[in-house]
Amino acid sequence: MQHKRQKTKPKIRWHILVFLAPALIIYTLFMIYPLAGTMELSLFTSQNNKDVFIGLDNFKTLFSDERWAKDFWNALLNNTWFFLIHMLVQNPIGILLAALLSAPALRFKTFYRTSIFIPTILSFVIVGFAWKLILSNLWGIAPSLMDIVGLKSFFQPWLGREATALTTLSLISVWQFVGIPMMLIYAALLSIPDEIIEAAELDGLKGMSQFWKIKLPLILPSIGIISILTFVGNFNAFDLIYTTQGALAGPDFSTDILGTFMFRTFFGFQLQQGDPNMGATIASIMFFIILIGVSAYLFFVQRRLQRYQM
Amino acid sequence: MKSARRSLSRSLSSHLILGGFTLLALFPMALIVINSFKSRSGIFNAPLALPNSQTFSTIGYDTVWAQGDFVLYFQNSLIVTIASLFCVLLFGAMAAFALTEYRFRLNTLTAIFITLGIMIPIRLGTVAILRLMVDLGLVNTLTSLILVYTAQGIPLAVFILSEFMRQVSDDLKNAGRIDGLSEYRIFFILVLPLVRPALATVAVFTMIPIWNDLWFPLILAPAEASKTVTLGAQVFIGQFITNWNAVLAALSLAILPVLILYMIFSKQLIKGITAGAVK
Repeated sequence: MQHKRQKTKPKIRWHILVFLAPALIIYTLFMIYPLAGTMELSLFTSQNNKDVFIGLDNFKTLFSDERWAKDFWNALLNNTWFFLIHMLVQNPIGILLAALLSAPALRFKTFYRTSIFIPTILSFVIVGFAWKLILSNLWGIAPSLMDIVGLKSFFQPWLGREATALTTLSLISVWQFVGIPMMLIYAALLSIPDEIIEAAELDGLKGMSQFWKIKLPLILPSIGIISILTFVGNFNAFDLIYTTQGALAGPDFSTDILGTFMFRTFFGFQLQQGDPNMGATIASIMFFIILIGVSAYLFFVQRRLQRYQM
Repeated sequence: MKSARRSLSRSLSSHLILGGFTLLALFPMALIVINSFKSRSGIFNAPLALPNSQTFSTIGYDTVWAQGDFVLYFQNSLIVTIASLFCVLLFGAMAAFALTEYRFRLNTLTAIFITLGIMIPIRLGTVAILRLMVDLGLVNTLTSLILVYTAQGIPLAVFILSEFMRQVSDDLKNAGRIDGLSEYRIFFILVLPLVRPALATVAVFTMIPIWNDLWFPLILAPAEASKTVTLGAQVFIGQFITNWNAVLAALSLAILPVLILYMIFSKQLIKGITAGAVK
């Protein structure tokens, strides 16, 4: 950071305060303070409408009490699967599309790029319902399309089956967001200097081997950023599941992830009363999961990548 | 000759793959919009056909018009999005200016404190945010949403705008100071116009998640009078789930404005993403 010359004598420079105050006040009051407050709430329980401090008991309950533990581990496991599908399907496809787009003199480039990116700007509500209708047995779009390629017998009501619902939803989310890795990798590929590519071509590296040996190592930092963005987004997801499967994340909680679990716990559902303290406990766990992911990224991935670049 | 043929076949397979994904990206939306203009029998008998004189019908839109208060929802979404955007851009730019222009104690610490918010989702504070809004008497008001979205947008805005503010020439600002301009005038008259492209980028990035958010409208402002269009569509479709005409029409109404905006701003958006990644 380059600093500007300091002309003023040590007196209070009010304009600095005026410039900083609105952002700092709103950010602190409506983001940092509630985040801290939520963590604090996770250390209390409500007895006779009073908050009673119970230390880490809420966490113990969540991890091992038979009424909670099953739902919690189920949600965490589902969430991990949700994330894995994104890493294994969304990001490789994004890289493939970016690699194809970056070929020089490819026609209709802008059209492809703009179109594939469209789903990312739509809300989960639209995407969720649209796919629910398409996959619906009633409308029959999916089976009749599969009939064209002779795969009709493979059709199932995927969103309604316990075994397939979560994977289907993950793939819908992949469909929606594949444009983001595509765009970021595309930008990274364009920023590779021409000299490097020319040098590689002089050495006889072309096509696929050029991509694996030269380009891929150079876009690793972007892949790192995409991974951490995917991680944070996935462990914070809620809308898609809520829209398509409702707060109960059916069938039989098979699509329940941490976001829907927290929502249900916080607000209650059917006969169960809402429990803000347990909701706050789940939020705190999500916070720690995201914190661990982000720190791991910052300390290991980024550091190693920097060394690699040198 | 041989290599020319090989490059031809390679570009052909590129077009096949990219074209396939383009089709996959556009197909669901096209299907929804096309079928929203058909009668019920048209929707079910020939879902892939364009509406013709026999199947054309706007009954879905009539139902939406009569049953849902979509004009109000749109208005609410517009107010929330524009007000939050204004606050994020103004306050974010002011803070970025203070952090890059002046040297003072706690400068680096303040910058780190604000940057933290980029990675941590504000949703995790929901339990306490709701309590706070109850205490402030702001539940079921658009103000509550505007405050939360402003807090959510500020970190990224400060981060991106700081990068650009550093590039504004010192000579220009110092010339202004010699001419007797106050620090406020230097910011508003000299610096702000110069970072307009960055402001546009931040605006696009901030706008999309706010317009599309379901979580905070659902929790902080679910009342009929304060519903945003995303929540309104969600509730409406939930109620009319068996009325396919109405559902398709509501979905189309939610898709079209975003799509039109995207067509206008897609260049800016894509430029913003690619510029950010190159750094």
